[in-house]
Amino acid sequence: MAVSLPVSRLANALPRTMAWTPLVRLAVLILLLAIATVAFMTLESRGNWDFVLPFRGRKLAALVVVGCAVAISTVSFQTITSNRLLTPAIMGLDSLYMFVQALSVFFLGSATMIMIDPRVRFLIEILIMASFAGALFWWLFIRSRFDLHMILLVGVVFGILFRSLTGFVMRMIDPAEYIFLQDIFFASFGAVDRTLLGISAVLVTAGGLVVWRVQDRLDALLLGRPMAIGLGIDYQRTIALLFGVVVVMIAVSTALVGPITFMGLIVSFLAYGLAGSWKHRYVLPASCIIACLLLIGGQTILERVFSYNTTLSIVIEFAGGIVFLILLFRGKYT
Amino acid sequence: MIEVDNVTKRYGSTTVVDSVSLTIAKGGMTAIVGPNGAGKSTLCSMIGRLIPMDEGSIKVDRFDVTATKGERLARRISILSQENHVTARLSVEDLVLLGRYPYTHGRTTVEDREHLEATIDFMELGPLRHRFLDQLSGGQRQRAFVAMVLCQDTDYILLDEPLNSLDMKHAVAMMKLLRRVCDEQQKTIVYVVHDVNIASWYSDRVVALRDGRIVHDGNPSSFMQPEVMESIFEVDVVIREVKGKPFAVYYG
Ligand SMILES: Nc1ncnc2c1ncn2[C@@H]1O[C@H](COP(=O)(O)OP(=O)(O)O)[C@@H](O)[C@H]1O
Ligand SMILES: [Mg+2]
Repeated sequence: MAVSLPVSRLANALPRTMAWTPLVRLAVLILLLAIATVAFMTLESRGNWDFVLPFRGRKLAALVVVGCAVAISTVSFQTITSNRLLTPAIMGLDSLYMFVQALSVFFLGSATMIMIDPRVRFLIEILIMASFAGALFWWLFIRSRFDLHMILLVGVVFGILFRSLTGFVMRMIDPAEYIFLQDIFFASFGAVDRTLLGISAVLVTAGGLVVWRVQDRLDALLLGRPMAIGLGIDYQRTIALLFGVVVVMIAVSTALVGPITFMGLIVSFLAYGLAGSWKHRYVLPASCIIACLLLIGGQTILERVFSYNTTLSIVIEFAGGIVFLILLFRGKYT
Repeated sequence: MIEVDNVTKRYGSTTVVDSVSLTIAKGGMTAIVGPNGAGKSTLCSMIGRLIPMDEGSIKVDRFDVTATKGERLARRISILSQENHVTARLSVEDLVLLGRYPYTHGRTTVEDREHLEATIDFMELGPLRHRFLDQLSGGQRQRAFVAMVLCQDTDYILLDEPLNSLDMKHAVAMMKLLRRVCDEQQKTIVYVVHDVNIASWYSDRVVALRDGRIVHDGNPSSFMQPEVMESIFEVDVVIREVKGKPFAVYYG
């Protein structure tokens, strides 16, 4: 409950001459995002516009898709689990995606993998992942009465299990395929996989629209299962729907930039603190904008200003890890 | 009318609610009493469709709770469960207003605002209305939750231990208030309570559960008998008359 405290205090310290309504806050965030975007597109272009604009444009699009996927999946996931400490990645969903990848390389070989249209392959992988996640979901949320410790434990165990299985599979394949996989697995916002950009954008937009359509139900879900049902929410269906969206979003972000564990945590933490409202109609857009801002602004600063290339994911993960620890030690995450 | 027909609930091999049948007519206050673990919360949760039953059926105004759309039921029956915790940082006002969800899905109308104001007044939550839930004491939070349920404005209201963590003054105030809601707005209130004196003082009917079965069902004076109460709670009870009503002393 008190997780958003320090940030909201920060927000309250802002100038009082203006009414900091949620809409004004959103507008400010959008403005910041616009500035970051312009900087990202134009800094250090050296007049090479014909090359730079389309090149950076594609990269920008990828960052936006990933940012929205991380933001929407984390906010939805935290609402359905009634917990501000969990992210889908902490639940091991991204390692599941990597395991599916490793398995398909193992059985098909990278040569065959390359021959299949990557978009088709991607959809198939999502399907496999969704079936497994669906079974896990059924077990955790419907069969047993889920509680936080159980979910965290299962998530950690599955995360480790899939990561070690993936490592095991990778040891059995030949070096060329190893490199093929490693390429997929290394989190990097600098080198985004572009073949999947189009389909990812479609999937994230569709998922985002689904969540947006049920945002009022998400608000009611914040009251917890009993009260949400009491208010007439079709609990199981709503949770299943949202969980499905989360799975797709995780697959998208992992496919595009590799596994990112803690970014969602910073994003939701900042979004709840800065949106000035607990309502999803403000928190969802705020989280998307903040995620894009972190990625685009971070990338601009590291790449253009400091000329580092691959460190953004490390910086974000590090900051996210610290947020995670703070939340954990404060203990007021439910 | 709430019709509970031969309802059974099991967890593994333990039967927690055992073929319970109960009809609660429209209007009036019914108290559900019984020792810890008797199945009171389980029964309430099944009536409020929070958990499924293994056998039997429950109808509210002829609507089967397992088959009827949640939204339709939410305009007829509201439930406050025994334990509630909220993830978001809501103010009292936000919480109470969410009680209007079944009608307007979060798009607050003028009518919702009127209900909000009336409920805040009624529950005397005015001074607390802008506080966040995590800034309230347990008793104040409990009052806010009850206010939310009242704001839902349903004919039937189920409350699982509404007096939980209320002090003497607020417990009595809550009971008087529920009595008023029941009498003035023709609501049907079913509530779980531990204090047998409160149960008999304010209710029209007392239903006692023990080991998942109904062991007593009747008006307060039939309930306030030493042998009845001893068989339910296994304590020695002396009944005295206080202010013209039976009063149970079970201390010492
Ligand atoms: N989810 C559950 N799993 C197993 N047993 C349960 C569960 N919920 C309740 N019980 C058991 O059912 C019995 C009745 O519980 P409950 O209805 O909460 O009692 P009370 O009358 O105190 O409200 C208790 O013995 C309790 O341990
Ligand atoms: Mg109980």
